[in-house]
Amino acid sequence: MGNGTSIGRVRGLGAAHSGSHHWLVIRYTAIGSMLLTVWFGVSILLLPNLGHATVLEWLARPVPATAMALFILVNIWHARLGIQVVIEDYVHEHANKFAAITALNLLSFAGAAFGLFCVIRLALGGA
Amino acid sequence: MAQAGTRNRPLSPHLQIWGWGPGMASSILHRVTGVGATVGIGVLLWWLGALLAGPEAYATFTGLATSWYGLVVLVGVSWSVIAHAVTGIRHFVLDIGAGYELDANNRWATICTVLGFVLTGLFWALLLYR
Repeated sequence: MGNGTSIGRVRGLGAAHSGSHHWLVIRYTAIGSMLLTVWFGVSILLLPNLGHATVLEWLARPVPATAMALFILVNIWHARLGIQVVIEDYVHEHANKFAAITALNLLSFAGAAFGLFCVIRLALGGA
Repeated sequence: MAQAGTRNRPLSPHLQIWGWGPGMASSILHRVTGVGATVGIGVLLWWLGALLAGPEAYATFTGLATSWYGLVVLVGVSWSVIAHAVTGIRHFVLDIGAGYELDANNRWATICTVLGFVLTGLFWALLLYR
């Protein structure tokens, strides 16, 4: 892109001295999310109906269960990084920003744990 | 030196006076749909939880999901996911340094925004008339 000084480009650091890794992980998780979102969308369209028994039987199979677990993880990971950027852009007061990022982290991990718990219970015939 | 010329300096144009263009609309839409898609994760977890809780809880979920306000949320979430994916692909192209010429940028920003609506309509048409 040709922006910045040569030494700045070698170091790979902007004014904030971090962020390149965050930027890259957003892209990596975006690719995973797109693949799994296509899987999810096509699966929903191919299921004969969305009744309880049908969906239960579908998610009890190994590949759909694995894909659903990955679908939950990659989307929560990607959303966690994206919402962080939104918070950092609009919440300028330090204490509020700290509180918002903390809440985001708690929600992300809680959501991931709950989602994986559901998938495992469904896959192992808990319902 | 540091104080020199700090008064009456021209400010960079902000949202209020920046002329709206397809690129700006697409970029803002990408952020909005990203937040909308995050709401979708909550719906997904609710769906899985209801599935696990049994047929009665699942019936409660589907009752809410197929009500008019439930459908508004589901259509909004599906549009958010699809539109965010399409404008996300646009960002991948911009990341490699392509598509910054004004004509191409305006054209693809418009195409991506329209494609988000078209693909969402296609998804629901396939879902409802399969």
